[in-house]
Amino acid sequence: MRQLEALVAEAEAARVLQICNACRYCEGFCAVFPAMTRRLEFPPADVQYLANLCHSCGACLHACQYAPPHEFAVNVPRSLARVRARSWQQHAWPAAFGQLYQRNGVVVAVVLALALALFLALGAAAQGSLWHAPLAGNFYAVFPHGLLVAMFAPVFGWAVLALGIGVARFWRGQAGAPGAHAADHTPTAPALAEAGHDVLRLTYLDGGHGEGCHNESDAWTHARRHLHHATFYGFLLCLASTSVATLYHYAWGWQAPYALTSLPVLLGTVGGIGLVVGPAGLWWLHRRRHALHGDPDSAGMDRGFIALLFAVSASGLALLAGRDTSAMALLLCLHLGCVLAFFATMPYGKFAHGIYRSAALLKWAIEKRQPNRLQLGAD
Amino acid sequence: MLDVLVIGGGNAALCAALVAREAGASVALLEAAPEAWRGGNSIHTRNLRCMHDAPEDVLTDAYPEEEFWQDLRKVTAGRTDEAMARQVIRGTATVRGWMHRHGVRFQPSLSGTLHLSRTNAFFMGGGKALVNAYYRSAHGLGVQVRYDAPVAHLECDGGRFVAANLASGERLAARTCVLASGGFESNRDWLRAAWGQNALGEWPADAFRIRGTRYNQGVLLRDLMDQGADTIGDATQAHMVAIDARAPLYDGGISTRVDCVSLGIMLNRDGLRFDDEGADFWPKRYAVWGRLVALQPGQVGHCIIDSKAVGRFMPPVFKGERADSLAALAQQLGLPVDAVLATVQQFNAACQTGSFNHAVLDDCHTAGLVPPKTHWARPIDTPPFYGYTLKPGVTFTYLGLRVDARAAVHWGGQASPNLFAAGEVMAGNVLGQGYTAGVGMSIGTVFGRVAGASAAAVARQESHATT
Repeated sequence: MRQLEALVAEAEAARVLQICNACRYCEGFCAVFPAMTRRLEFPPADVQYLANLCHSCGACLHACQYAPPHEFAVNVPRSLARVRARSWQQHAWPAAFGQLYQRNGVVVAVVLALALALFLALGAAAQGSLWHAPLAGNFYAVFPHGLLVAMFAPVFGWAVLALGIGVARFWRGQAGAPGAHAADHTPTAPALAEAGHDVLRLTYLDGGHGEGCHNESDAWTHARRHLHHATFYGFLLCLASTSVATLYHYAWGWQAPYALTSLPVLLGTVGGIGLVVGPAGLWWLHRRRHALHGDPDSAGMDRGFIALLFAVSASGLALLAGRDTSAMALLLCLHLGCVLAFFATMPYGKFAHGIYRSAALLKWAIEKRQPNRLQLGAD
Repeated sequence: MLDVLVIGGGNAALCAALVAREAGASVALLEAAPEAWRGGNSIHTRNLRCMHDAPEDVLTDAYPEEEFWQDLRKVTAGRTDEAMARQVIRGTATVRGWMHRHGVRFQPSLSGTLHLSRTNAFFMGGGKALVNAYYRSAHGLGVQVRYDAPVAHLECDGGRFVAANLASGERLAARTCVLASGGFESNRDWLRAAWGQNALGEWPADAFRIRGTRYNQGVLLRDLMDQGADTIGDATQAHMVAIDARAPLYDGGISTRVDCVSLGIMLNRDGLRFDDEGADFWPKRYAVWGRLVALQPGQVGHCIIDSKAVGRFMPPVFKGERADSLAALAQQLGLPVDAVLATVQQFNAACQTGSFNHAVLDDCHTAGLVPPKTHWARPIDTPPFYGYTLKPGVTFTYLGLRVDARAAVHWGGQASPNLFAAGEVMAGNVLGQGYTAGVGMSIGTVFGRVAGASAAAVARQESHATT
């Protein structure tokens, strides 16, 4: 059934792209259309590539002379979104876990986070350390450092491994597709630099004219790009915070808790604020998105991911605020539950978009530097 | 009282409404279509033919007034008005800044349209993005926009606009009116009557597809003609393209074009060629074939190419018939096999060896063949073969209202004091026949602005006179 759905989604996207390729008005918006014009046919590998290149900005939908109610019913962002979600599923490792992409909604996210938090809290309670005299932020009094590492390292490692294998399969599928050219899949330094730039700046949410993308109407807005930046860089700062703390711990033997003015706490605080504001705003935008945007089947996955990001940062900031109180252990359990749930769902949820889209952007940055193999008349 | 009533919801109407509002007039805009279909034929456009004396952001090199004028004179075979044409041409030189201020963005010429990079400024996202931007700007400026508001009749008094009678029965009076309600191409009965019957007893217009909106019924054009307004042009003249026969009846837009005619041969239903497929570059010819096909029996043409042409033209929206032999292809297309084989054999034998180059008027031509193919003639001999069945597709009609440089509608040679026209409803003043890419938007934009400014000026005078 899942395979059938993927085939249907790919066939619909190919139908739509054939119409687009005969029109091409949207070429200036993003990379999807210039990439499309280098092709005459749209077999599954090409559709999956274009699907992951699409940022779902909505520009080509609002500009489309063939969008519903036109009988051609062209909706590029939606048809590519359907392919996109299914392409992650298809490349998932292990394959049997692929169907988790369909189940990773808000309820799963919240229940998983709470269940893990409850489990940790019960563990702490069994040790008698759940409710305690203020510990001045000494988390290790509740969960020893070694235990935390033993819990998180495998989950995080699994997420990285699963996503890495998934995207490698995607790339091999591209390079090995019938008619694929090796040169289109051999990264060069300029291509890597451009792809990196486009990932870090979210170039293709600028609408091609630099004035933003669409949310609830045909008007432009930078809101999504800015909120995504807050989320993305907030996430990176939180990762940096953890990395610096790890360095402190192992390299210098400086034990947590760290002062409010210390680098890990500063990074985590700024990142955490970004990771609260960003997801909250993205949720708000998501609720208000135009009815024809996106893939309704994926809305749950999108919001589940946003909800977990928010829960991670909000619980983290709460923990920081309450680390000198008796509730620290409880807050710690909640935060750790959220973080664990986030990493556990990471390889089988919306997080995958960043990895696959980066790969697609890299492919585009390589491909555009190759000569166009079509000879569509200069007339 | 309302200062300016704009009737229509496409590019010309919006330009008129925006300019009039900028001039301080109160403006209402009546769009016959529901919101989802707003914008008329403008949603299918993609660029504006634009004069410029030096390279600009998305325009290469220069396209001076004189060259633009000569292009227009050539394509219309002189059926144009030089003063008005030059007014349009000059207007395009400076209009893009204004368009940008109202939210229109431009992009470099699209892939496969390099030939237009010098002459035509492409709208980013095409005409629907332009229309969306103008509606946003109109809302922001306080233009009252009403959808689903077709007008049935204009009350006029001796050439003076008094009020519009909506199809709903509502009456809307205003100091001035700008009519920008398009041509009549969506009115099948009118097209049928205009084209009449051919020698075979066929009604050619019954075969036509309409490339744009279904809302251009020509109601007010007919209404004003009946009231005695001066008209210009011929009811059978139109922008007509040969499009895929499978195109929808309305709104097929650009994607239904089949751009391989100059790479192959075009046959009629009897398997015979009927015109020079290689007379000139495709952008100068695509709007010729609609009429040529309309004049053939059955109003049908079949374009046949071989695999040498694949990948050299814009991919069409519908896949063509494909066969490994010409006989099989003819059969699939429903053509007389022997006639097709004989035509192709004759054609192939007449092709002179040259060096094929689709980017220039090359030396691959036929010898001793009638009609000849003067460029890009290469034998149709490399399977698989592909065939596309084409029908005439009407973009817009040229019969319209005669106007002057202020866009005022004329009655018996006299300019109306307060009724103005813009866009396709008056494009015939500049386009008596023929077409060159993007000039419809040039006319609509420039005359839309002229009409809006004229209407606002008259409304201001009248409101001063009454206070």
